[in-house]
Parts: sequence; C-alpha cells; structure tokens
Amino acid sequence: MTDISKITLVELVTKIKSKQISAFEATNAYVERIKKSKKLNAFITETLDEALSSAKQIDKLNTKNGLLSGAPIAVKDLFCTKNVLTTASSKILKNFIPTYESTVTSKLWDEGAILLGKLNCDEFAMGSSNETSAYGNVINPYKSSKDELVPGGSSGGCSAAVAGNLTSATVGTDTGGSIRQPASFTGIVGFKPTYGRCSRWGIVAFASSLDQAGPMTKDVADSALMLDVITGYDEKDSTSANIKKEEFLKSLNKNIKGLKVGIPKEYIVDNMPKAIQSLWEKGVQLMKDSGAIIKNVSLPHTKYALPTYYIVAPAEASSNLARYDGVRYGLRVPGKDLIEMYENTRAQGFGNEVKRRIMIGTYVLSSGYYDAYYLKAQQVRRLIKNDFDSVFNEVDTILTPTAPSSAFKIGAKTEDPISMYLNDVFTVPINLAGLPAISIPGGSDESGLPLGLQLIGKPFDEQTVLNAAYALEEKIEFKSNVNDWWF
Amino acid sequence: MTINKETVKKISKLSRIASNDEFEVSMIKDLNSILKFVEQLNELNIKDIEPLSSVVEQKLFQREDVVNKINEKKDILKNSPEKNENYFVVPKVIE
Repeated sequence: MTDISKITLVELVTKIKSKQISAFEATNAYVERIKKSKKLNAFITETLDEALSSAKQIDKLNTKNGLLSGAPIAVKDLFCTKNVLTTASSKILKNFIPTYESTVTSKLWDEGAILLGKLNCDEFAMGSSNETSAYGNVINPYKSSKDELVPGGSSGGCSAAVAGNLTSATVGTDTGGSIRQPASFTGIVGFKPTYGRCSRWGIVAFASSLDQAGPMTKDVADSALMLDVITGYDEKDSTSANIKKEEFLKSLNKNIKGLKVGIPKEYIVDNMPKAIQSLWEKGVQLMKDSGAIIKNVSLPHTKYALPTYYIVAPAEASSNLARYDGVRYGLRVPGKDLIEMYENTRAQGFGNEVKRRIMIGTYVLSSGYYDAYYLKAQQVRRLIKNDFDSVFNEVDTILTPTAPSSAFKIGAKTEDPISMYLNDVFTVPINLAGLPAISIPGGSDESGLPLGLQLIGKPFDEQTVLNAAYALEEKIEFKSNVNDWWF
Repeated sequence: MTINKETVKKISKLSRIASNDEFEVSMIKDLNSILKFVEQLNELNIKDIEPLSSVVEQKLFQREDVVNKINEKKDILKNSPEKNENYFVVPKVIE
C-alpha cells in the first residue's frame, strides 16, 4: 500500500476527491507520524483530535468540492488562527488566542484543508536557523553523520514538517528568505510570491514592506496549487494587489524553449562552497538542455542588499513590535508604574535576537540618525530595485543558488549575528525589490545534504517562475532520502 | 565605537526594554558590529536618489463605512492580562 504521507498534495487531493482515500485516512496518516516525531520539535501546538473529527465530518457530509478537500495542513505559528494559540514563537505571546483568522489561513480552510497544528519558527520570524524560538530548536530531518542540523529559518518548523512528511504542505512567511532558505536546507520547494499577492492580514507583522506569505511543499505543482488557494486581493490589507486571480496549476507548463534566463555574476560570492558553484552550473546546463537561452547579467548593487535589509527590516520591526506592551494581550510583568511595566514585560518577553533588532531599529530611526541610516537604506533599496528592473528588460527569469551553504550544525552560528545574517545573501535582494522567487531542490553536497536553486521572476509573473522551476525539477530528479531516523 | 553604554541606555529607554549591565555589554558589542556592517552603504553615491519605502504602486483606497460584527469587545478582553468589566487595567497613570 502507498504511504499516504509521502504522496504529493496534488495527488492526495485527487485521491480524496475520487474516494480512493478518505479524509480520515489521510489525516490519520499524518497524525500517526506527528505523534512519533516529537524529537523534531516542529510543532508548537498540535490540533490532532480536532483534525481527526473535522476529517470524519468531511467524509460524512461528503463535502469535497474544495481545491484542498481533506488535505491535512499545519501552518507557521505566525498566522493568527481563530481560537487556536498563536505565539510567533515568542514568550511574549505565550497565551495569545486570536479572536480572528488570518486571510491566508481562512482561504485554506475555505477550500477544505484541515488544520493539524501550528509550526515552530524563529521568534517573530527573526532568524535563519529556527534557533531564536522561545520553544526550542527544530531538528532538520536530514542528518549529517552524527550531528543534528538546523532546518533553516525562520520557517524552520515548516521546512522540517514538509521534509519529514508531517504535513501535506504548509504556508510560511518570507521577509528576507524565511521560506526559501529553509526549503533549500531540507530538500523541499518554497515559494515567495510577489509582494502584494497574498494578504498580510492576520499575520504577525515583522517588517511590513517586506513580509509575504507563501507555500512550502513537496514539489512545484503542489506550490502552484497552494498559490491558487492563498493568493488574491483582500481589502483588509492596503498593500494587497487588486489584480485578477490566476490559475497557476492549470497553466503549469514545462516547455521553456526560448525562455531567457539571467545569470548574475554578483552572486558568485567569496568562500562559496564548491558544491554550490557546481550545482549552479548544473542548473544552467539543464536549463540550456531544455531550450532556454542563458544570458550573463549584472545586478551591481547586490552586495549592498544585506546592509540595506539590516536597516530597513529592524526599523519596521521596532515600530511593529511596539504593540507588545503587556496591556491588551500576552505576557505582563508588573512594575512600579506603567513605563516600568512596559520595560519589564518587553525585557522578559522578547528573546535576544528580537531585542537586538528592536534596538537597531530604534537607533536608526532616532533623531539625528534617521537620514544617515534609514533614509540612506531606502535610497539604496531603490538602486537594488532598479538593478532588477533593468535586468528584467533582457531576461524572463534569473537563476541563482538559494543559500551560500547547506544546513549547518545547531549552535554553529549563534555567537555572531553577522555570520547568521549572511545566510540570506541570495534571498534578501528579492524581498527588497518585492519580486516572486522559488527555491527548488537542486541536488546534494558531499555530505548528502540538500542544496537549493532559486529562480526569480518579474513582479506578478509567478507563472513563468513556476514553469521554469517545473522544467528544472523534471531534469534534476531530486529524491528525498529522509529515512525517519528519529522514529 | 559609535555605540557606548550611554547610547545603549538611551535606546533601551526609547525601546521600552528594561536594561541591566549584562544586557548593555552584549548590546554594545552586537550593535557596533551590526552598524559597522551596514555602514558599507557609505561607499555609494546616493545623491538625488528617491527613497523607496514600498514597492506597491497602487493608491490607497477607501472602503464603505459599514459596521461589521467582528472582534467583539468581550472576546478581545479575554486575552487581557488584567481587566475590569469592559476595561483593560494598567498601573496608575495620573497622580
């Protein structure tokens, strides 16, 4: 018998609709695995009993018209879920039960998906290894000899859950690489849509001009299906794009003959491991074999993207996180007066990385420093976007590696914040420019750990990115070798 | 050193994060290293470049001013650490 947890989302939904598998069987298959996978620490909250009874209900009423009918799905704990604990992996929200549902997750349930639980992530999505979570590290289902590895971040619970077959698919969020880098570290597909494609309403905000929700899935077709569900205009988010909804899965096409693919020379960085360089070269060759036209392009301001990001994102975060004051929800730590209560609450409620970013953000926005840092960063952000605008006059998509390394050991980069930030060197520019980009598994390094390739597209041209990824995926033939060692 | 103990104290006050010696020492180190990193931007000539605060080009819109029964007061108050009847309770603000 096929292992239900290993089939793709598209296949699973087809089988549930045609009654080859019941929603209950599907849900139970995941529930059984989740129960045996505590070691990975991918979940902060499990809603397994509720999931099983929803599945029974779906089978009983035979309501299987949705795009995701009966698909068991866990989501990043950054999405507000009505009546289900939502922590953003922070102690400051350890008891926060939202009274409403985020737009993106409500679209999942409207299409018949079943909530399995809430997935661990870096605190307020600030991190690249899931080590800033107040709920502990997540363990990568991939292991190198005896060492346990990080699953990437910030959507590390998401990447571990998809790679470990603990959810049929998931939604994460990506502010500087938080969907794509963990996808690369765990051999799965992660898609960050164009800024404005998905509503941000009900997502715990980190950096509002950069945050975007997106799917993390077993393959490219699954991402197309998830995008069909979660994208769309929402009047509750003033930056949500008021444009026609597309049918990405239906339009998926692996014919990329004549597609113009840009290779940016600035993405060849110092100390890039050889495996990543050759993976990239292999990707170029495979696209050529599929009939694509390869062009060398230049994005001259690439090296300034990370410094720009580490001004813009903390500035926006310091403003967004001002709401956590111990008054209306979350943790409250008493003080002798109101101000001291705020200060004590925030000192005890936030972890170190979050405090660092609030402090940096407050500094660059403070009187006397605003022009020197924040305004300058916004000007450089314009230059970075201009680079992409001009390259996209010549090409349809850009191919790069997703991350400068494979998954690293837990604790390897926690001492030095900058070394952690460098993980996002290839993903951050895309958020600053607001573009869509996907990470797909491209191969493995010498230790057998997965490495991702990133395809970047023009604004709102997700379809070209998906098609290029679909073609590349077929040629690469990546196979997961996750072997359930933690059982 | 751009950031010294005094600056850290001032920023932590502005950030409403209680500070102590240990916190200040680690922040001086981390913030200086982050600032040094971001100061790479000084290499660029950015004269006359229009700042980019958002990639969204559409104009803000207005929606109909209609009452929706979402986020009811009693539900919202359930999340409050301290409440009294219909109000959030905080330490005394006015003497």
